[in-house]
Amino acid sequence: MPRRVNATAAALEAIAGLVSEVGPVMFFQSGGCCDGSLPLCFRDGEFIVGDLDVKLDTVGGCPFYIDHRQFEVWKHTQLILDVSAGEPEGFSLAAGPDQHFVIRSRVFDAGELKMLATVSSDSSPVDHK
Amino acid sequence: MTDILDIERTDEAKGPQSGVFVAPGLPGSVVTLKPRYQNFIGGQWVAPVHGEYMANVSPVTGKVFCEVAKSSAEDVELALDAAHAARQAWGETSLTERAAVLNKIADVIEANLQMLAVAESWENGKPVRETLAADIPLAVDHFRYFAGATRSLEGRSTEIDKDTVAYHFHEPLGVVGQIIPFNFPLLMAAWKIAPALAAGNCTVVKPASPTPWSILKLAELLEDVVPPGVLNVVTGPGAEIGKALASSPRIAKIGFTGETTTGRLIMQYAAQNLIPSTVELGGKSPNIFFADVMDADDDFLDKAIEGLVLYAFNKGEVCTCPSRALIEESIYDRFMERCLARIEKITQGNPLDPTTMLGAQVSEQQMEKITSYVAIGLLEGAECLTGGKAAHFGGDLEEGYYFEPTVLKGHNKMRVFQEEIFGPVLAVTTFKDEAQALEIANDTLYGLGAGVWTRDGNRAYRMGRAIKAGRVWTNCYHLYPAGAAFGGYKISGVGRENHAMMLEHYSQTKNLLVSYSTKPLGFF
Repeated sequence: MPRRVNATAAALEAIAGLVSEVGPVMFFQSGGCCDGSLPLCFRDGEFIVGDLDVKLDTVGGCPFYIDHRQFEVWKHTQLILDVSAGEPEGFSLAAGPDQHFVIRSRVFDAGELKMLATVSSDSSPVDHK
Repeated sequence: MTDILDIERTDEAKGPQSGVFVAPGLPGSVVTLKPRYQNFIGGQWVAPVHGEYMANVSPVTGKVFCEVAKSSAEDVELALDAAHAARQAWGETSLTERAAVLNKIADVIEANLQMLAVAESWENGKPVRETLAADIPLAVDHFRYFAGATRSLEGRSTEIDKDTVAYHFHEPLGVVGQIIPFNFPLLMAAWKIAPALAAGNCTVVKPASPTPWSILKLAELLEDVVPPGVLNVVTGPGAEIGKALASSPRIAKIGFTGETTTGRLIMQYAAQNLIPSTVELGGKSPNIFFADVMDADDDFLDKAIEGLVLYAFNKGEVCTCPSRALIEESIYDRFMERCLARIEKITQGNPLDPTTMLGAQVSEQQMEKITSYVAIGLLEGAECLTGGKAAHFGGDLEEGYYFEPTVLKGHNKMRVFQEEIFGPVLAVTTFKDEAQALEIANDTLYGLGAGVWTRDGNRAYRMGRAIKAGRVWTNCYHLYPAGAAFGGYKISGVGRENHAMMLEHYSQTKNLLVSYSTKPLGFF
């Protein structure tokens, strides 16, 4: 089963570091404008997740959510969570000193889309730590 | 950190003889520059409590040019202290005096137009051509508009019955918090500050992290113009001080312009304290060109072509960027040919050169995002008609953040048609008739802006009323006059700016219900 969100080793390391520092965190995919494609990282409980928000996947033990309407537009792509140099420009927690989280995307192939269609949108695959 | 005095004088720092403005801090520049800036609190320059500073990079060169305060929650508290200390006196200031202060702010900005234009251009990367002609003059006008609106403010009275009168007064909210974005730092500051002050409030402003400095240059000019504590500016990271401000029980309202998820977070913070919020969020504005624009090769066609190319205005870093061009099938080839020719003529380079039309993107992070959007667009099957990669200009500009004006052809279900790229990247598609144009235009989560281009007035009206967006430019685009209400439908936000109705957003109504009868009710 393809993951909806894959994380690079660097991202997983950053998450582990962040969690040991501030406790559990969550990700919410940004909508647009200045923060564009950024995954926003918040302390668990900071951001109220609504009943309609979709949990795309779990990365490093942390849930990764997206707005349900945005999910409809994005669901044909896989997100790859990574880190990049520079402090976050918006409200996200930093991924580490002078580091922020980013996502890159790739389009699922037909086979992957078929497999994903057999799973309901709010269940996530097994978490790879 | 880099000593700014080490910046070498190069071709990019030519004097006024060549027309290119000198970078801030260099000999002959109209902009003075300190190595380090403090917060502007209570009319004074106050160091951050923890003594931390953050480097501020110019996207023109990719190099650090000064430091600003990296504030923490304690600094927000100091700013709120100053605002509360000034609150009563400012709230009781007469409309005449308040309007006079707003007019003085306008006059001071106007008298320093060039300085502020160059400063804004240097920090944000936008062309000085735009700051001189649009950003700063619009900021001036904004304060003048609200000065006028202030003088005409009236309450109401209602005669309930012969002995009972209801008096309605507008009262200030008190102290408000305002968080502004990086794309038009000074203009967005004007859009927030002018109505807040006009309605008798004191404000604590947090500028965006990539562009914290130009508003400090404005504050320097306002030290003796605005009573101490009425305007306060605290710079620092959003996660810490943005949160401290928005979730503070000491503000009566939060105003925010920025991205959608953060807007949701801000409204959540406001809910915790039961205060009102206005949020202006993102957009993916459709720009619709009907076949009749090509009925004649006249001024109007020229204007329509420019209308499409306006996606490059402010390097595409506009919430209302006309980033989706919908072109009627029958004219697509001929119209696009003309537009591509115009796009290829866009001059790009040093933003301080007044002939430059397309400047630098605001930061390296924005560059990364734009690059990754073009990549996903191509993976989704979009065709790149022009541009598509970073631009390089050598010399001092080599490490600056420049992206070529780009056009991607595709369809409306692609992510590049649905998400804000926030760069000079246009997504273009065709439609076969009016019904399909409308369907594609509204097939978006957003509803901030739209453009409709047609010689047929009835069609323009039908489309304009049917498009679900707060601002529909009709046979024009990117005009932001004060007096034209601006704001979003759907997830583009809540509330309207640029209009006297904002005074309502920044006031509360006091009803004095007065009885002139001496007779008791007869209940007890």
